[in-house]
Amino acid sequence: MQLVRTATIALAAAVIASIAAAPAQDPKSLKGAVRVDGSSTVYPIAEAVAEEFSKIAPSVNVTVGMSGTGGGFKRFGNGETDIANASRAIKPSEVEACKAHKIEFIEIPVAFDGLTIVVNKQNTWAKQLTVDQVRKIFSAAGTAKTWKDVDPSWPDAAMRVYSPGTDSGTFDYFKEVTVGKDGKIRPDMSVSEDDNVLVRGVEGDKNSIGFFGYAYYMENKAKLTAVAVVNPATSSALLPTHETIEGGTYAPFSRPLFIYVNKESMAKPAVAAYVKFAIENGAKMAEEVGYVKLPAAIYDRAKANVASSRTGTQMCDENGKERSGALADLYK
Amino acid sequence: MMAGLPATARARRSPAAIAASAPANSQAGRRAADRSFLALCLGITSLTVVILAVLLITIWNDGHGRLSWDFLTNFASRKPAEAGVKASLWGSIWVCAICALSALPIGVGTAIYLEEFSRRSRLTSFIKLNIANLAGVPSIVYGILGLTAFARLFGMASADSPITLGNPESFFYLQLPFGHGVLAGGLTLMLVVLPIIIVSSQEALRSVPRSLRTGSLALGATQWQTTWNITLPASIPMIMTGAILAMSRAIGEAAPVLVLGVPLFIRSTPTNLMSDFTVLPLQIFNWAGRPQAEFHELAAAAIIVLLAVLLTFNAIAVVLRHRLQRAAG
Repeated sequence: MQLVRTATIALAAAVIASIAAAPAQDPKSLKGAVRVDGSSTVYPIAEAVAEEFSKIAPSVNVTVGMSGTGGGFKRFGNGETDIANASRAIKPSEVEACKAHKIEFIEIPVAFDGLTIVVNKQNTWAKQLTVDQVRKIFSAAGTAKTWKDVDPSWPDAAMRVYSPGTDSGTFDYFKEVTVGKDGKIRPDMSVSEDDNVLVRGVEGDKNSIGFFGYAYYMENKAKLTAVAVVNPATSSALLPTHETIEGGTYAPFSRPLFIYVNKESMAKPAVAAYVKFAIENGAKMAEEVGYVKLPAAIYDRAKANVASSRTGTQMCDENGKERSGALADLYK
Repeated sequence: MMAGLPATARARRSPAAIAASAPANSQAGRRAADRSFLALCLGITSLTVVILAVLLITIWNDGHGRLSWDFLTNFASRKPAEAGVKASLWGSIWVCAICALSALPIGVGTAIYLEEFSRRSRLTSFIKLNIANLAGVPSIVYGILGLTAFARLFGMASADSPITLGNPESFFYLQLPFGHGVLAGGLTLMLVVLPIIIVSSQEALRSVPRSLRTGSLALGATQWQTTWNITLPASIPMIMTGAILAMSRAIGEAAPVLVLGVPLFIRSTPTNLMSDFTVLPLQIFNWAGRPQAEFHELAAAAIIVLLAVLLTFNAIAVVLRHRLQRAAG
């Protein structure tokens, strides 16, 4: 009996404590502005989160821009925005820019995107590619002119290459995986900022190959064929699917998408509430707009990092060199 | 205008002169050449009309199903069925109004100075040359200029602690630097259209017959009285035509506004000059780039709305021009 009473008191105390600890505001009474800008890849997720957030906190003015990952970091580093959306991890040069303005940031992964390599429906030969073959096709050094150059058993037909714009985070990530930071991607590609143009290009050209985000492939599955990529670690060829991307086996072309939050902005209740909401609903929103959710453990770590205000990027080591590996191993 | 050109050309060269210059040509041969030239012109004209018609029909087919009152009164959404253009529509209207109110007085004023008051000097011809060149500068360059000059005020005042008048809720709220509000957007678009307005206004003033000015001056009117009462009223219809073209350009611009760093998703409409905003071309750009076909339909619907706003602006200008013309006549 005594025990039960103690437990009840403890429970009641805990409830009171949690009520007291929760900042004494109902989201409805929150006011202020949350300024978000950055990647166009992350934009649909941010739009979804902002839309839902403004339903529970109607007086908070959330604005989401689409200046691109690089442009978003530029504004973030100037202190013009509270949150930067990024389709790649922050670069050392961008970390320096933030430091120069005394801006500390908290890194939060929100979803996965699987870069999908696609070919025409009539392409019956290219079922899978190794990373080496991808490099042969896309790098400036080992430019394959025909399909035969990639694999001797494939047709001797000139291939045409389609790629997203060179300013996009998508291109940056693809380039880094295939040819490395200092490598060069072949210059004779058809490039478009609009991924729908790439879809149409590959759809209408039997000997073409291209790459873009997973959401564009899912939406155009009937028109294109995805190529399986051989995972260098396990040597098994895998297609991008929900399971392979979320589980990290679709490597190396699955990439995490991030939001970076200005630590100082977290002092504003509206921003803090928004970030909390984004982490709690990120998985659902990402799936709704065509991306792949992260493993639950990573959202928990993000939550813990926000709670402890852990600043800095975990995607680079102390010397500013980018670390490689699965997100689950890197992001603690 | 089109019919006027050949007429003056013909007037300059009398029929006798034409016949004399080509004595070998038979009457019938000249007639045939005349007719085939007419056919060529007609063909080219109808080709442009057909291209425009095909474009409009495709857009209409794609987009009309999405047009509804909700589409105009809903904010952007990730769900195509709930998405609308409220924020971008009002943003476009605000920005274009600010652009027109600032660009017209400055543009016409500059043209009047250059045409009516300035003496021919190296300085004025240098200014004229520069304005003519500026009319050809890509609009994205003006976006960068607007970002530096208006949004950041050349870095003179800090964005963290702006100088303010009133508070963000009041309708007269102002701050320095302007930030990314409708005022900065409108002024940036003003930069884009200013050279067009100046050049077309100059042309308009130049088209007023010299005899009208000299007549007025001979009667003892001052330069200012002549300009205000004679030259300007006579040239207003042409100035308005230039202004219509300029505003059509302003409302369709996405690049300078994008560079300015305005947001795309926003769930409020402007209430004062510092309010955040977005514009229709940006919304269209975003929807057209989405993977889902539903968003492409929304983009088409937003294009129809943009065209409707543009036609409304132009209709107002045409009515104004008509009134002014009658008043002047």
